[in-house]
Amino acid sequence: MSGGAEGGALPDVGCARWVEAGQTGRRPQAKGSFQVADTATGATADPHASGDDPNRRDFIHIAAIAAAAGAVGSLAWPFIDQMNPSADTLAMASIEFDLTKVAEGQQVVLKWRGKPLFVRNRTAAEIAAAVKDDGAALRDPAKDEDRHKPGKAQWLVLIGTCTHLGCVPTFGGGDYGGWFCPCHGSHYDTSGRIRKGPAPKNLAVPDYDFLSDTKVKIG
Amino acid sequence: MSGHSTYEPKTGFERWLDTRLPIVRLAWDSVVDFPTPKNLNYWWTFGGILALCLVIQLATGIVLAMHYVPHVDYAFASVEHIMRDVNYGWLLRYMHANGASMFFVAVYIHMFRGLYYGSYKAPREVLWIIGCLIYLVMMATAFMGYVLPWGQMSFHGAVVITNLLGAFPIVGDAITTLLWGGFAVDNPTLNRFFSLHYLLPFVIAGLVALHVWALHVPGNNNPTGVNVQSKADTVPFHPYYTVKDGFAIVLFLMLFGAFVFYNPDALGHADNYIPANPLVTPSHIVPEWYFLPFYAILRAVPDKLGGVLLMFGAIAVMFVLPWLDTSKVRSMRYRPTAKLYFFIFVLVCLVLGYCGGQLPDNHVIPGLSTFTLIDADLNSFVWLSRITTLYYFAYFLVILPVLGLTETPLPQPESISEPVLSHPASTPAGATASPEKRG
Repeated sequence: MSGGAEGGALPDVGCARWVEAGQTGRRPQAKGSFQVADTATGATADPHASGDDPNRRDFIHIAAIAAAAGAVGSLAWPFIDQMNPSADTLAMASIEFDLTKVAEGQQVVLKWRGKPLFVRNRTAAEIAAAVKDDGAALRDPAKDEDRHKPGKAQWLVLIGTCTHLGCVPTFGGGDYGGWFCPCHGSHYDTSGRIRKGPAPKNLAVPDYDFLSDTKVKIG
Repeated sequence: MSGHSTYEPKTGFERWLDTRLPIVRLAWDSVVDFPTPKNLNYWWTFGGILALCLVIQLATGIVLAMHYVPHVDYAFASVEHIMRDVNYGWLLRYMHANGASMFFVAVYIHMFRGLYYGSYKAPREVLWIIGCLIYLVMMATAFMGYVLPWGQMSFHGAVVITNLLGAFPIVGDAITTLLWGGFAVDNPTLNRFFSLHYLLPFVIAGLVALHVWALHVPGNNNPTGVNVQSKADTVPFHPYYTVKDGFAIVLFLMLFGAFVFYNPDALGHADNYIPANPLVTPSHIVPEWYFLPFYAILRAVPDKLGGVLLMFGAIAVMFVLPWLDTSKVRSMRYRPTAKLYFFIFVLVCLVLGYCGGQLPDNHVIPGLSTFTLIDADLNSFVWLSRITTLYYFAYFLVILPVLGLTETPLPQPESISEPVLSHPASTPAGATASPEKRG
């Protein structure tokens, strides 16, 4: 805000020394006008006047801006991270389920971590169909035996959200007898593998373990 | 354009205030004495209508927030409480819900107006871009507002839209988890959507202030697209356009009232009166009508990431439109070829909207199966969406850039006044309008 007053003072040789001290390290246009004044007095170049070297005032500007930016930047993270899952949300992560509730050829839908979870008791024909297609051209190649626990081919435990946009596929529908997603027409086979439609991946298998022959713990 | 202020303080208080905060002067120069082209037609009244829409949404929304509870266990019940128990709650909620639809009706007409008359061209590029930003924030606000009643469509709409962002490689999953605040759309999601739904309308209000500022620097475009050249081309905003806008607002409010009082649920979806159930997806999930064209573009692509990119691209392309259209002629009134392509574009947008509301594999012509091409029958809404999506992008990326270089526009009038004054019907006996301009 004092630029106008100092600019006006420049042609006055008597003031040039004062201007020089006051102007050192200002913006390029300030330095330009300063150099004119300096030439007029015939004085030797001020060591701080060089346009390339950051002098003390530049250093203070850079340091102050860097400190402020660093403070704001590091404080921004708490404001972003508060949106991530909170500790209690992360804590309620596992459930147990009694498999005797699922008749052969049926599935039960549980709620796990806010999402549906399919527990399917497959028939021999459904298992055979899934194994037969292990060698078919698959979008997300996986063998049926890798999608259930060893020796437990009848039990399929899957996260029941379509890998396209998260709708809940309907049981037994579609061209492959597994699941069909009503939202955008994805077809899954009896192993939960994507066979047709827009979904990019197979229905996900969560982490789970058999606690006994009839009980599983998911998560 | 925004030249000398004609405001003269009349009272002692006004003089005192004017030297301290010239707010009355600002209002006077912006809405009373603002020189406005004298040939604006009714397509220009939607700016004022939109300002009213924003005020209605803010007023009804603030009072609804006094009764609504943003919690998964209470949200649906609190909306029903508003509908049944709160005094005039039904009216306020129906005004707010239908107000959103009316807002989009008006904004789409306003945008098509800008497209037809070339209002995005120099020197109004910044004005146009701020408008595009307003539209973008409006869509975010409307989407989050639709989630709040926590019905089936609310919930599964939120699931589908937040999952869209999961399509991006590497960062996609982290972004969706950050948005959800959990492993799925749940209580944290509802809470933050409510917070943002309250915040964003004020962001829109700020952008509207910038939009109006950016309008008042170059002044209004007009149906001829020809620059204002003298005071003879303009009239003061008040009373000429306050009255014209006011009349349009009355007509618009009649349409608004027809929905609110006689068909309040016509634009909504019945499934949203079923409380949200994360375990069952509605058999036919659709967004609100104003998102349907973009939903059709999303579903037109057989690849998840490709569909998402194309959908966002459909909005992004509008931001660079001022640099895509190569024609120096603003108004399509003088661009007969462009006019034809424009009306096809409007039709294509409507067809896209229709496709977005249909099941993708249904036949366009009932009972006729043709052959399958890229995952879908040729006689299906998927293919109709694909063809119209292609035209949507071609209009911006091919037609407008090429047409500006190849077409021969009709001669433009030399000024706004000239075509009116030179019309035989407007020539008084013995007078010749602008004789120096007519050959």
